Amino acid sequence: MKVGFTLNGVHVDWDGAPVARLASALRDDLGLIGTKVGCDAGDCGACTVLLDGRQVCSCLVAMGRMTGRTVETVEGLAPTGTLAALQKSFLDHGAAQCGICTPGMLMAAQDVLRNDPAPTRAEVEDALGGVLCRCTGYTKIVDAVMACASGVAVSPPAGAAVGARLPRLDGVPKVTGRDRFGADAVPADALWIRVVRSPHARARFAVGDLGPLRARLAAVLTAADVPFNGYGIYPDIKDQPVLADGLVRYRGEAVLALVGARADVLAIRDEQIPIDWKPEPPLFGIDAATAPDAPLVQADKPKNLLLDGGVKRGHVNGFADCAAVAEGVFETAFVEHAYIEPEAGWARRVGDRIEIHASTQTPYMDRDEIASVMRLPAESVRIVPTACGGGFGGKLDLSVQPLIAIAAWKLGRPVALVYTRPESMAASTKRHPARVTAKFGCDAAGKLVACDVSATFDTGAYASWGPTVANRVPVHAMGPYAIPNVRTWGEAFFTNGPPAGAFRGFGVPQAAIAHEAMMDSLADQIGIDRLEFRQRNALRAGDVTACGQTLEHSAGLIQCLEALRPHWMKAQSAVAAFNAAGSAMRRGVGIGCMWYGIGNTSMSNPSIMRVGLAVDGTLTLYSGALDIGQGSNTIMTQIAADALGLPVGQFTLVTGDTDLTADAGKTSASRQTFVSGKAAERAGLDLRQKILRLANAGPDATLTLDGAALKVSDGGIAHTLDLARVGPLMGEGTFDPPTTPLDENGQGIPYATYAFAAQIAIVEVDIELGTVKVLRMVAAHDVGKAINPTLVEGQIEGGIAQGLGLALMEEYLPGRTENLHDYLIPTIGDVPEIECLLIEDREPLGPSGAKGVGEPGLVPTAPAILGAIHHATGVRVHRVPVLPHRLREAILRQGAKP
Amino acid sequence: MGDYLRPTSLDEALQALARPWTVLAGGTDFYPARIGRTIDEPVLDISAIADLRGISEGPEGWRLGAATTWSALIEAPLPPLFDGLKQAAREVGGRQIQNAGTLAGNLCNASPAADGVPPLLVLGAEIELAGRAGARRLPLAAFITGNRRTALAPGELVVAIHVPKPSRPARSGFLKLGARRYLVISIAMAAATLEIEDGRVAAARVAVGACSAVAQRLPALEDALVGTPVGALAGRVDARHLAPLSPIDDVRGSAAYRRDAAVTLLRRLLRSLA
Repeated sequence: MKVGFTLNGVHVDWDGAPVARLASALRDDLGLIGTKVGCDAGDCGACTVLLDGRQVCSCLVAMGRMTGRTVETVEGLAPTGTLAALQKSFLDHGAAQCGICTPGMLMAAQDVLRNDPAPTRAEVEDALGGVLCRCTGYTKIVDAVMACASGVAVSPPAGAAVGARLPRLDGVPKVTGRDRFGADAVPADALWIRVVRSPHARARFAVGDLGPLRARLAAVLTAADVPFNGYGIYPDIKDQPVLADGLVRYRGEAVLALVGARADVLAIRDEQIPIDWKPEPPLFGIDAATAPDAPLVQADKPKNLLLDGGVKRGHVNGFADCAAVAEGVFETAFVEHAYIEPEAGWARRVGDRIEIHASTQTPYMDRDEIASVMRLPAESVRIVPTACGGGFGGKLDLSVQPLIAIAAWKLGRPVALVYTRPESMAASTKRHPARVTAKFGCDAAGKLVACDVSATFDTGAYASWGPTVANRVPVHAMGPYAIPNVRTWGEAFFTNGPPAGAFRGFGVPQAAIAHEAMMDSLADQIGIDRLEFRQRNALRAGDVTACGQTLEHSAGLIQCLEALRPHWMKAQSAVAAFNAAGSAMRRGVGIGCMWYGIGNTSMSNPSIMRVGLAVDGTLTLYSGALDIGQGSNTIMTQIAADALGLPVGQFTLVTGDTDLTADAGKTSASRQTFVSGKAAERAGLDLRQKILRLANAGPDATLTLDGAALKVSDGGIAHTLDLARVGPLMGEGTFDPPTTPLDENGQGIPYATYAFAAQIAIVEVDIELGTVKVLRMVAAHDVGKAINPTLVEGQIEGGIAQGLGLALMEEYLPGRTENLHDYLIPTIGDVPEIECLLIEDREPLGPSGAKGVGEPGLVPTAPAILGAIHHATGVRVHRVPVLPHRLREAILRQGAKP
Repeated sequence: MGDYLRPTSLDEALQALARPWTVLAGGTDFYPARIGRTIDEPVLDISAIADLRGISEGPEGWRLGAATTWSALIEAPLPPLFDGLKQAAREVGGRQIQNAGTLAGNLCNASPAADGVPPLLVLGAEIELAGRAGARRLPLAAFITGNRRTALAPGELVVAIHVPKPSRPARSGFLKLGARRYLVISIAMAAATLEIEDGRVAAARVAVGACSAVAQRLPALEDALVGTPVGALAGRVDARHLAPLSPIDDVRGSAAYRRDAAVTLLRRLLRSLA
């Protein structure tokens, strides 16, 4: 069907199936990839465009009704290339992180701003309520829309980049829709994969005659087509098949890959796929997995146990002398990452190499894992990361990569795979459900004496990052406190749930819910203010941790608590005044503290960074540290620029490509600023040293780069180097945080440094309905040094939004919540006003004293909210999410009355 | 590829419906049910039929065209009688969905959690259906026959929703309970229309949604409200009035919670209508 309509002011003619979605017509046929597809169901709003001046989800509009209509997309906001005021405002405010929701946000904002150039906050929220963002916590988005006529940000001069609120250097493509995510640059001649997945959590199966399907398609891949059919994070646990071989262990597991023209694979009906299923009773939950007669999920893992271990220090019977003892058991659910960009990518064979363009957090691990699966040397695999539309740990595991690689290798053609939203949710890893049993005791003065914490995790069907979670949690489970007698334990069991993997915090957020409830209870028992109690016990520089590590520097929890104290006092009185009115609405204030080890636990995790000056004067940072929205492209450049002594504005960036950059490890464990940032600093310094040597200049010389002319001024003497003659020059820096292995009692140095934080939450509980509205959060974070305060706040605000979701609404149930309307993440109306207080207790090892902040933002949020709920209602919640019915039932059980 | 037809007249649409088609209105339920697969069924797109659009007032009441979007309803100048329906409209999805989704689509989809059903029930809405054999009208309660089931016969289309004029001054309201602020499926909801005379309720219609396969009127509560001074309505609500409801346990809430919350919602709603 031929359709003519106006697109960004220009008439276009389109021809295709009339039921085609406007979103796919824009992207696939008209080449406007700025409109993103996050769900194809109207749940996420990423595809929002203006249709005849009104915002709609373009995934829900039939092309057959488009004749004569007018469509505006993100590409229409800056037709001349000059950013519109709204786009500039998004950039300056840091309102775009990964950028996948940004086009939708911009168009929704355009809808409200066109009618009212100065909308209220409520009007902005109403207008943007239909677009989900998983990165920012919405705070900076609202700010950007409300302050649309913002000032011009100035790029800092040489030597002043660190600490500047520099707009993200990769931001322009994000606010113009030109950034290329996993699904955005698939070659026109690519074949497509549709994965056939298990509808059963546990089943044996036989594949029937694939002849008829193979006749219609380019290929149908089975387990037999995978050279080495096992992958996994750990070198010794390659337990997850690329394609299941006769046995599936979770709902959503990949079984077959249909490869062919896109229309052909989509046209295959489910009933045409010959699989004979023999379902078996699945093991769901920790109790089922640990029952004496439980069948095994992995044949080589007795008792379904993946791993266990712990930390022991002091006396086992340390509770004997305690004045107060608190105990509790706390449970959490599977939590979905819900990045707005589903997994996507494409691969092609280039001679004897395979090249993978996909959304990822970890190019070098992907390279090695694909090499293993395909039985190729690592040098034969090139990973070219696309822009990553959110990761949060979920894109640390392989997803599309092995299937597109195998198919492209076999067929000699580019092959693409873009997960649907339900597929992304069913197939991908989750946060580990946990059962944390905690017991803490203190003396009469409120000093902690002993703690005993056991954390049991449901690691799902495959190991993934389960060992990392089970290792990290015992080190953190006592909380950021000095306690002489400690026993912590972590263990993870296989079940037929989805593989539980890495999710922002690696199990620490689950443990923090327990230790912070214990702090509240002990403070209440001995009659000390909850903040004061934490302050009395907070780890300080010079203290020895439960692992026996002396914290030499940068333990800023005390400063965080001091910064929060006035907010805490004010909130206490405000809450008391509000509650005096005695309505069904009860307010409460709560506090949560955390610490978080930066980088891998007791394992080497080096980064290598390079800074190059080409013969034409092009200055390039070669960074393997992948920016998944958190801002490492900008942070690394700020650090390298100051180390070298040239302005940020002169840098170009080459990032992620395993052929062009060195291994900077994975974007996880809050490690990039600390580890890769230190390597970037060293790379900048290394290049500087080379330049100074060539110019025979002293360490205080200043550099000026003008084309190929590099001027080195030292005192009154200036020396100009001609890069065409002396170049190219390359500086390299490496950093691997110093750690030691932990012994059988968990003694050693698990991390080189720790982030500390405390947050307070003010909530309003509807006693009669059990609903909770978070009214305000104040977050104090010791980040060592804020390299870029705007980006640091962005991490904290985004972490808080995810922590709020963990506390109040997020629960993944296989087969029940595999979409973004049954699985709820916070909307713009759910995330409160957030005030960030940045504490800079310098870490000497870090670049300019910086540590990490990616995960810490999330960890204290749920504890603070749960503490506030307790303060408001007297109910101590032991299971998250605190869905309204669970809280209401708890309120009724304890007989709490307004 | 399946057939696609976008008629511009009702007659043309009804002629086409001599054979089965999937009817496409706002697309907000159609597309989410067809993710990641070819759409190859025959589709009848009713978005170009002028007769299905617009809101008009006649001597007997109002006619809301079947393809009226939630936004069109919100923006229409209508008396306070429609406040409840408008409040519901503002709670349907986000703006994107309100700009696309239609009133009749919400009814035909017949979800137990359809936000449009309780407020339309308490407006005494009737559904106008057209088929080749002629037109008929059904009360809304008779139109939706169960979870995802309606009385729509093969070959029929919903043409309009009719709201009769109450005999006395009337006001209405709606409350929705969900686990987040926007884009949320109702755990429970309540709607009411009250006709007031001399400060007392002269007639009442009250309904609760998402607590049974189809949203239900609560006749016992309606009876109890008649004659009550508007300041004392909330006190009339009694858990026994919820007998017509049959809530279930699901991912959003438990059955017991839904009953409990329905009472609270009803009390708050009636208090707000005083």
